[in-house]
Amino acid sequence: METNLLSLIIFAPLAGAVINWFAGRRVRNERFIGIVACSSVAISTLVAFYLAFKPHGALRGEEPLLDHIWTWLQVGTLRADFGLAMDRLSGTYALFVTFVGFLIHVFAVGYMHGEAGFYRFFSYLNLFMFAMLTLVLADNFVLMFVGWEGVGLCSYLLIGYYFDKKEAADAAKKAFITNRIGDWGFMLGVMLTFFVTGSVSFFANPAAGEAAQTALSFFRNQPVEPFTLGVITAGGATSIALLLFIGAAGKSAQIPLYVWLPDAMAGPTPVSALIHAATMVTAGVYMIVRCSEIFIHAPTAMFIVAIVGAVTALFAATIGLAQNDIKKVLAYSTVSQLGYMFLACGVGAFVAAIFHVITHAFFKALLFLGSGSVIHGMHHEQDMRRMGGLKKYMPITFATMFAGWLAICGIPFFAGFFSKDDILWKTWSATGVGPYSKLLWAIGAVTALLTAIYMTRMMVMTFWSNERFDKSHVHPHESPKTMTIPLIVLAVLSTFGGFIGVPHVLSSVFTDRNVNVIEHTLEPAIAHAPLIEGQVETAAAAEHGEAAAEVALIVVSTVIAALGIGIGWTIFKKRPLLAMPRILENKYYVDEIYDAALIQPIVAGSREGLWKIFDIGVIDGLLHSIGQAVTELGRLGRYLQAGFVRGYAAIILFGALILIGLFAYLGYLRP
Amino acid sequence: MEPQLSWYLALSAVLFTIGVTGVIIKRNVIAMFMCIELMLNAVNLTFVAFASFFQDVTGQLFVFIVMTVAAAEAAVGLGIIIAIFRNRESLDVDDASILKL
Repeated sequence: METNLLSLIIFAPLAGAVINWFAGRRVRNERFIGIVACSSVAISTLVAFYLAFKPHGALRGEEPLLDHIWTWLQVGTLRADFGLAMDRLSGTYALFVTFVGFLIHVFAVGYMHGEAGFYRFFSYLNLFMFAMLTLVLADNFVLMFVGWEGVGLCSYLLIGYYFDKKEAADAAKKAFITNRIGDWGFMLGVMLTFFVTGSVSFFANPAAGEAAQTALSFFRNQPVEPFTLGVITAGGATSIALLLFIGAAGKSAQIPLYVWLPDAMAGPTPVSALIHAATMVTAGVYMIVRCSEIFIHAPTAMFIVAIVGAVTALFAATIGLAQNDIKKVLAYSTVSQLGYMFLACGVGAFVAAIFHVITHAFFKALLFLGSGSVIHGMHHEQDMRRMGGLKKYMPITFATMFAGWLAICGIPFFAGFFSKDDILWKTWSATGVGPYSKLLWAIGAVTALLTAIYMTRMMVMTFWSNERFDKSHVHPHESPKTMTIPLIVLAVLSTFGGFIGVPHVLSSVFTDRNVNVIEHTLEPAIAHAPLIEGQVETAAAAEHGEAAAEVALIVVSTVIAALGIGIGWTIFKKRPLLAMPRILENKYYVDEIYDAALIQPIVAGSREGLWKIFDIGVIDGLLHSIGQAVTELGRLGRYLQAGFVRGYAAIILFGALILIGLFAYLGYLRP
Repeated sequence: MEPQLSWYLALSAVLFTIGVTGVIIKRNVIAMFMCIELMLNAVNLTFVAFASFFQDVTGQLFVFIVMTVAAAEAAVGLGIIIAIFRNRESLDVDDASILKL
């Protein structure tokens, strides 16, 4: 179904960005800039909700909403339109991106109060919303890549917002360059997709003259590739999936490309909440779920995704245990939770991955904004060792972060509980990863325990324990309303947001209806592995026994969450400054290893080889010798220019004589 | 005996050669200038000779154009010569060679 309203979702924030960039910088009125920025995102939000929930809307109908804006590229058989598509998956994404984005915009109006670059900040933030929504709503790989690069650019601009601080400028460069590695994989993946399938579209749009066969539907009738190492380089679905996963790993901060995300915390806190927790970093998950048709045909790639996700989750959680900067804790927590989402993708639980993306967007945005509120109230102090006892100074921030804390720990009936359980259960019962499903589950469970411990540590160090700040200089205070209201809304969502995905085993106690909204909303948008004959009956038979296992796992993970909080509370309540293992505090020295193994060799090679030999020797040498040759020629030619008129006349004469002689010799002068 | 075309051409060639030689060997700029006029008129002679020979008026038209250009050139050239003389107090062209490196 064609609807032009879709383009309003992406172009409203773009208009906001343009207005703030050109008008806002002259007006320099925070109220004007804030209203422009927030209302442009509000328009997107309203339109997204309308299109999603209207009759036959994106989340209710069978067909995606399409908006073909213009035919962008048409070269040979390559056809890439500037076209948008809103199906159940991109619709769901657009809803939470716009809504959470709107809340964070409102928060930022309060947080950024008094900044000289106020207009610049909101212009970038709106531009980010434009790029992110383009990424999500794009109906082909190429336009998605435009959004993909756009969010990377905005991330760079916003991390480097305080560009006069070296730390921020370096972090911005690090984020951008690390992402380039991922983008390389993504680009190759798209090229290979085109090479294999002859299309880059996600949806067929016959009204705009597109071919019916799309890059995704091509795979529908293909056989599933075997589970071997050889298929990785075979150039089929597995190769495509792995190249795309490199892109996803860059954008979504997975091992080995996660290093940029913790450093990205140098940007203003609303940026961390919006880009580096709620929306942009989940773009990789979105892309994988969008390409689920490709991934389910590539079990090897799925297995690698699951392993990388699980390892990242555990690895980042251990680092998170030992960080002292409140935002660094949350950053590693984000990396860890993203690992969970990839684990879910890897075991084929795409719905669970998206569910966790949504709940994570709620509670992690809440925690980040809460930390922003704390930082704001503490006069830009980020070190938790100099906080403590803040709950009586900042009651609203404390109460909302309390909800976020319980949600991320997975305490029952908070949002994170349902999504995390969904992932753990799907991992436990996964069939595609061979005998490793229990191992992956165990990693996930340990990560859940660690998550509860470090989040408790963070809460204890910040809000409980003794007051460790200098009271004569620092007067903690509650934040203004534009900051606390978004916190409250997100706290409500973090508390109740999980009820969109209540698993059947729990809801069946009360009602026979399937109340797992998220699952039956997203299920049609996600590809399913082709069923093998006879599997249906065994699946139905197994379901009965599995229900008991699922309930057992829910109990286990609840116990894990409670245990983690208990451990954290007993250890850190008394001794909040307890020294952590040095290797964790120094993040396993990964930055140092990368520096020694990659950056220094590249710098040295560039300086000694590229610069001193190639640039100075070859390039400069070539140019200098050309210049020298011209100079020498000129020196010879100078002797002709003696300055004597009669000499010139003689030269003309001889020239004329030579020409005439030549003509005569060649016979042109004969009649 | 009727004058032949070749006589005119021979005379013209002689005049032209004298002009060329004069431009090259004379240092006095006025003399060089007169030699240039000589060359122009040698060519004019050729033109009218051929015009008469072929009974075609085009050659005569060219002569008019050449004479016009020569007049303009004479005006500009004499102006330059006066300017040089005022500057240098000399009519020797070899003295007017400061534009070389």
